[in-house]
Amino acid sequence: MLRFILRRLGASAAILLGASLLLYVLMVNAGDPLKDLRESNASNRDELIRQRIGFMGLDQPWYQRYWTWLAGVAKCVTLNCDLGTNRSGVEVSSLLANAAGSTLRLVVLATVLAAVLGIAVGVLTAVRQYSGLDYSVTFLTFLFFSLPVFWAAVLLKEYLAIGYNDWIANPAFTPAQTAVSALLFGFVMQVVLAGSRTRRLATFAASAAFVALVLPYLQWLNFFRYPQLGFGGVVVLSLAVALSATATSAGLRNKLVLYPVLATVLAGAIAYWATFGLMENPTWGTLALLLAAAVAVPVVLGRVLGGHLRGRATGAGLATALAMAGLTTLDHIFRAWPGFLSLKPRPISTIGSQTPNFGGTFWESFLDRGAQLLLPTLLLALISLASYSRYTRASMLEVGRQDYIRTARAKGLGERTVILKHALRNALIPIATIMAFDFAGLIGGAVVTEAVFGWKGMGELFRTGLDQVDPAPVMAFFLVTGTAAVLFNMLADILYAILDPRIRV
Amino acid sequence: MPAGGEAAAAASLAEAEDAALRLRGDTATSQGRLVARRFLAHKAAMASVAVFAAIAVLAFTSIGFAGIPGWWDKSYTLAATVVDGGRPTLSLVPGWLGGEGLRWGEHPFGQDSTGKDYFALVMRGTQQSITIALVVGTVATVIGSVVGAVAGYFRGWVDSVLMRITDLVIVIPLLVLAAVLGKIAGGSGNVLVLALVLGLVTWTGLARLVRGEVLSLREREFVSAAEAMGARASRIIFRHLLPNTVGVIAVNATFAVAGAILLETSLSYLGFGVRAPDSSLGLLISQYQSAFTTRPWLFWWPGMTILAVALSVNFIGDGLRDAFDPRQSRAARRKGRTRP
Repeated sequence: MLRFILRRLGASAAILLGASLLLYVLMVNAGDPLKDLRESNASNRDELIRQRIGFMGLDQPWYQRYWTWLAGVAKCVTLNCDLGTNRSGVEVSSLLANAAGSTLRLVVLATVLAAVLGIAVGVLTAVRQYSGLDYSVTFLTFLFFSLPVFWAAVLLKEYLAIGYNDWIANPAFTPAQTAVSALLFGFVMQVVLAGSRTRRLATFAASAAFVALVLPYLQWLNFFRYPQLGFGGVVVLSLAVALSATATSAGLRNKLVLYPVLATVLAGAIAYWATFGLMENPTWGTLALLLAAAVAVPVVLGRVLGGHLRGRATGAGLATALAMAGLTTLDHIFRAWPGFLSLKPRPISTIGSQTPNFGGTFWESFLDRGAQLLLPTLLLALISLASYSRYTRASMLEVGRQDYIRTARAKGLGERTVILKHALRNALIPIATIMAFDFAGLIGGAVVTEAVFGWKGMGELFRTGLDQVDPAPVMAFFLVTGTAAVLFNMLADILYAILDPRIRV
Repeated sequence: MPAGGEAAAAASLAEAEDAALRLRGDTATSQGRLVARRFLAHKAAMASVAVFAAIAVLAFTSIGFAGIPGWWDKSYTLAATVVDGGRPTLSLVPGWLGGEGLRWGEHPFGQDSTGKDYFALVMRGTQQSITIALVVGTVATVIGSVVGAVAGYFRGWVDSVLMRITDLVIVIPLLVLAAVLGKIAGGSGNVLVLALVLGLVTWTGLARLVRGEVLSLREREFVSAAEAMGARASRIIFRHLLPNTVGVIAVNATFAVAGAILLETSLSYLGFGVRAPDSSLGLLISQYQSAFTTRPWLFWWPGMTILAVALSVNFIGDGLRDAFDPRQSRAARRKGRTRP
């Protein structure tokens, strides 16, 4: 295994080196980096030209410049990268450090969202092959494949962002809107849950009635401007999660699992008040610490109180604790929402990755960035969701034809166990490879997305770099995307070898 | 999306369906005819062929192409006075439905801010997109299949070298490589140069797929037979191996064309593809995206055209895949259903 990894690592490094040389040569030949100065009428023109030649090293032949760049990159081994300077003499490594944060946030979030939703949709369409749901999802995936990103972005801005901003100023539903949402939700739910005709009708009626009652109630509460969950809401929802986790893992009568899970809820309820002040304006560090505690407590409780069922008790407790931590966080985000709305009355602005000089508490700036992240993430996720769902569907159908699935059904396992435990686990193996490709591809796709949404991320770095025939920023962009592509590919290969016993290395 | 290569599992279904087709009356049917018949029976694909053909004919005949004049009398380069705020004169709602009647009018798609006829501009952009996409698709398909077949047939160091070159191109994000090349090629002002250059970077996926197919095909008896009769390598590759991978190649060529349309429009949007004063659908959207609230037609026409072209080409590819891989076709679907 180690030899396999080392050999892959060596090959990947060689490929990266070759690709960097190729891109550098192309960049050097992409135009005249002094064009704008040659055409300018500034009095100090010659001085400016001499300065830029110095910054870009234009007095040296290109292979010497490439060698200097490569030597700077080699210093990354000692965590002291020198990626050269752009044409105005600014250190590219500091530019990259500023730009990479927002881009990675976008790409990671979009990948996770697309993978989770895409796999879920893929499984659902594979289970209900050739149903109405399958055909509509197939059509939608083709639509998303064919969608020009920059065009769809303008539509999202116009209808989602501006529409929402107008609506949130005075959030109200007309009876017609409520009726349409209720009917639509009911229709979607009956398509998703399927079943016999009576079951479909019941699903439709129940979900439509639910929406028809909840929307006016939320409006009456003015929930959309003053959302609230409160201590009561957190505890009631957590109890629901705790009981269902116990029921699915061991059954409600099993005290060995029930007691540690209930103890976890109690601990969470105490933690809610104990951390209340801390959570009003936390930092990422305290949040990470609190999350670690939320993981540790159920593990300890499960191990101590779980007896011979300590594995299941720990699992159920962990699910409960994580749900409770999430709900508590949501509660604090809800508390910050009115303040955020007064700071930023139109929550989703269509330009930039965050509002400049925003100030505000931790949660308020969190909400600000979240609102700015919403549209680009949605867009990127939508497009790669299409390919995830297609691949998962194909992979699930492929696995579903195999003998061991028939064996699992024949020995009387439930359909849920067959699909989720036996089929999905094996169907996911090829998805790992696709995820690796997709992540690197998305960073490339972020170039367009960032251009449409006016983000100052890595895509912007690349775009201006190419526009100004300035190799250093373009090469920095390539260094990140290329390394990510190679690394994720290798991870996928290793994962493949571990997950699939048929592959021996 | 990959064109599944699990031919073995499909064999029984394919045989069953081919037998059914044969029973329909006529005698011996060639493989090509079977594929063509399956494709013609695919409704979505046939509708897409019609849509794509209609758009292409409209784009190429209306404003003329390569010096041949078309039937539309306005030019995409001439500025004019803006009439009625540049609003489109096209009306599709008949009078008895409360509309303005079926009317083509002076400027069916409206006018841009300098009074240029927007119909002519969009048609010119569609021409450019279709031309570029077809050239990119052809170039990428030729390079990809030859590289893949050569690598798969010779194996050994030829394979290693070709596949490392493929990896080299794959590791640079496609949009990045295309943008850099587009910047270099865009200076010439000729879209054919841009298209050739884009074709040089989009062949990698096909090369890998064809290589995989050829690796298994070259072990078959007919290749040994050809070798035993003294056929040269070039003859084996072009007469024996490549024709047997035509399914993979045809399907991927179609998806390459659809991808190329989106790639070209994205590049033109970013400013590294087709440049003004020429017109391209991506360029039009980038020029008029801020006009969305005031003059939405400047934004809708090019976007809907891209969507229509890309969607129809993708559906044609889907139909081709079903035709070449009968396991997924409609007839097999009905028979293939085992569970209620």
